[in-house]
Amino acid sequence: MADKIAVEGLNAWFGKTQALHNINMAVPENSITAIIGPSGCGKSTFIRCINRMHEEIRGAYSNGKIILDGEDVYGSGVDPVLIRRRLGMVFQKPNPFPTMSIKENAVAGIILNKRMSRHEIEETAEKYLRRAALWDEVKDQLNKPGVSLSGGQQQRLCIARALAVEPEVLLADEPASALDPISTAKIEDLFTDLKERYTIVVVTHNMQQAARISDRTAFFLSGRLIEYGTTDKIFTNPSDKRTEDYITGRFG
Amino acid sequence: MKTDFRYMRRKIFGTMMLGLSILAALAAVSMLFWILGYTFIKGISAVNLDFFTKLPTPVGVPGGGLANSIVGSIIVVGMAALMAIPVGIATAIYLSEYGRGFFASTVRFVSDVLAGVPAIVAGIVAYALVVTRMHRFSAFSGSVSLALLMLPIIIRSSEEIFRTVPDTLREASFALGVPKWKTILSIVLKTASGGLVTGTILAIARVGGEAAPLLFTSFSNSFWNFNPGQPMATLPVDLFNYSISPYQDWQQKAWAAALVLVGMVLILNISARLYLARKGFKRNG
Amino acid sequence: MAERLSRKKILSPEKIFMGMTGVFSLSVLLISALVVYELFSASEPTFQKFGLKFLVSKEWDPVQKVYGALPFIWGTFYTSFIALLIALPVSLGIAIFLSELAPAWLRSSVGFLIELLAAIPSLIFGLWGLFVLSPILQQYIEPPLSNLSWLPFFKGYPLGLGFLNAGLLLAVMIIPTISSISRDVMYTVPANQREGGLALGMTRWEVVSKVVVPNSRSGILGAVVLGLGRALGETMAVTMVIGNTPQFSLSLLDPGYTISSAIANQFTEAFDKLQISALIELGLILFVISVIINAFAKLLMLRMNRFSGGARI
Ligand SMILES: Nc1ncnc2c1ncn2[C@@H]1O[C@H](COP(=O)(O)OP(=O)(O)O)[C@@H](O)[C@H]1O
Ligand SMILES: [Mg+2]
Repeated sequence: MADKIAVEGLNAWFGKTQALHNINMAVPENSITAIIGPSGCGKSTFIRCINRMHEEIRGAYSNGKIILDGEDVYGSGVDPVLIRRRLGMVFQKPNPFPTMSIKENAVAGIILNKRMSRHEIEETAEKYLRRAALWDEVKDQLNKPGVSLSGGQQQRLCIARALAVEPEVLLADEPASALDPISTAKIEDLFTDLKERYTIVVVTHNMQQAARISDRTAFFLSGRLIEYGTTDKIFTNPSDKRTEDYITGRFG
Repeated sequence: MKTDFRYMRRKIFGTMMLGLSILAALAAVSMLFWILGYTFIKGISAVNLDFFTKLPTPVGVPGGGLANSIVGSIIVVGMAALMAIPVGIATAIYLSEYGRGFFASTVRFVSDVLAGVPAIVAGIVAYALVVTRMHRFSAFSGSVSLALLMLPIIIRSSEEIFRTVPDTLREASFALGVPKWKTILSIVLKTASGGLVTGTILAIARVGGEAAPLLFTSFSNSFWNFNPGQPMATLPVDLFNYSISPYQDWQQKAWAAALVLVGMVLILNISARLYLARKGFKRNG
Repeated sequence: MAERLSRKKILSPEKIFMGMTGVFSLSVLLISALVVYELFSASEPTFQKFGLKFLVSKEWDPVQKVYGALPFIWGTFYTSFIALLIALPVSLGIAIFLSELAPAWLRSSVGFLIELLAAIPSLIFGLWGLFVLSPILQQYIEPPLSNLSWLPFFKGYPLGLGFLNAGLLLAVMIIPTISSISRDVMYTVPANQREGGLALGMTRWEVVSKVVVPNSRSGILGAVVLGLGRALGETMAVTMVIGNTPQFSLSLLDPGYTISSAIANQFTEAFDKLQISALIELGLILFVISVIINAFAKLLMLRMNRFSGGARI
């Protein structure tokens, strides 16, 4: 498998505090990579650096390289707006647009950038709602507001919305942590299906979840990448004492 | 057991003071109903169809109405709104979406201070700015004075509303590869629209009842006029002139004008609030 | 490869949009500068002629072309002072009722009604003051007060119009401002502070007077300052009930004049250029006072927010 993303010497700051220290890791194509670690260790900061969302926070900046298909996301002249269309993102709390219907939410990323005929909207919405395994549940209420759905459905709507922009990579920051177990299972199944088409990086602080769905796992601690390898290896035979402490629950 | 007299005294005193505070609230609410009720009773007997459709008559000639000043008010306030709303909302966008540094805090501070400038001063400024240059009173100069009053109100209320739009929505849009300016126009503005409408209506209601700045800008006019370059009658100015006149039938008209003015202001106020309550501000989750 | 990602434009829509909203913000500063400039330049003739004496001279005589602002400045501050004296205790009472006593449904409906009171145009207050309050004062309130005429505050005849009427009207008009801000500030006093007081065996009133109100001090001060600002600049209601007599009097029963009512009454009738200029200079004085007061209120609020993350005024 080729590397889809290569992170080289990434550092990130919030004002004067450094949140990430010299991160180096490569994410293979069409795989799920899980980022685990205790709260505050820099997981969110890390994936927000990948699609350049980090710099949208007041006073936040970063340096280092993130190579997407051989091309530096932070290269000079690179427009972060264009980069973000290739790197879809799903957030911890589902955040459908409250002024839009389910259908409009699904295609929001497209209609916000270009005009679409009504027919195109219908077709595209259906395609991606299906891909996000939501279609059957919402096909009779497409014109209802997106916020009228349950939390788990909203999150899948947000996934459909991210997919509709046709990204190559899907970044997800604890996408199931605000959901009930049944919705969580649906999201996990969905990710496993989506792996065929996309490269997925998912942050989770739930180690069972990481073990269930991911091919590779990265363990972060205090802004540093402590250990990175196949999920099997990390969970059965970690090489770093701190990783072992964390996965066996001997850690805070 | 011995009765603790000191404690009893403290308790009685406290109950008394709290009773007084209830009385204070009651007094304020009664004032509202007294003023509104009196205006209604005095005004309703003088309001009829003529009031809305006819021009004013000279003193002593019965009948007539204030049709021209009702329309004039709508024109003067409308032109003010057209000037103040775009500038106000654009400024609020800058302050909430881009404004960080010294420049933004200065604008914020200045518009807060501007919000406290008395209405009559806005009138003087419009007089010096427009009337002395055009050499005549005009509806337009009246609109300028009202726009000056509306502008800081709109900036403040709109900025506050933009800030209630959760950042997660902006982030969701950025993450879809939507540029910031489009995010502002199609996500932030849309999500905030209910609040913006409410804030704008309240600002209109607030300046719509204002007479002070119009006395020597739009002045008054006993006839129909639709030319913004000429003096134009407005409901508040007519109300004032009629109320301090010694003639019974003019005072009657003043009450009628008061009822119509209060009616319009209250309807705007209540509908703005109801609109917001109904449309609500839908947060996600 | 790099072309796929980069979009090199000097004038990107992003910059144009930000620039446009920035220009509008800048225009707010320019408009304010224009306001200041116009007020100063239009009051120049009187300033040339009278200089600072304008502020302390008692004489206002359009026929002799002599203009002094003191009676108007006095009337402005005196009526506002009377208004504050009445409005402050009532507003605090309302704020205490709303934040400490009222059940939720009453809280929102009473709060709403008091906001409506703030929405009533000042003309309506004036009309009410002229036709309702004034006869009441003249017949029932002022005659007994004038028996106390050995006090300078109650000299004079019961006219129904004058400082007392104007002060009362202004009080009613600023009560919504002061009470709603004070209520918001009292809300932000943390529950554990109240519980601390209760645990010490304080009565409910003692918690209010010894914990809640002291904790809200600077916010209440800000509210008072804003209320004062509103009272000082208020025009129509005062013009209708103040009696329009430029005099320097302490008596509540006497008629007076305020800056704003002088402008409202005389502007369109002024027959000489100097009088217009004098009226504009009065307006400038009012402007300067209101800027100082509002800037002070704003700074107070910034300070308060920095220290306690408290309510927004
Ligand atoms: N907006 C912010 N401003 C300042 N510091 C922040 C901000 N967000 C996160 N941090 C800090 O950066 C570190 C990493 O945070 P984050 O990436 O959110 O951790 P995680 O997602 O692993 O819980 C933490 O120490 C946190 O306190
Ligand atoms: Mg996180």
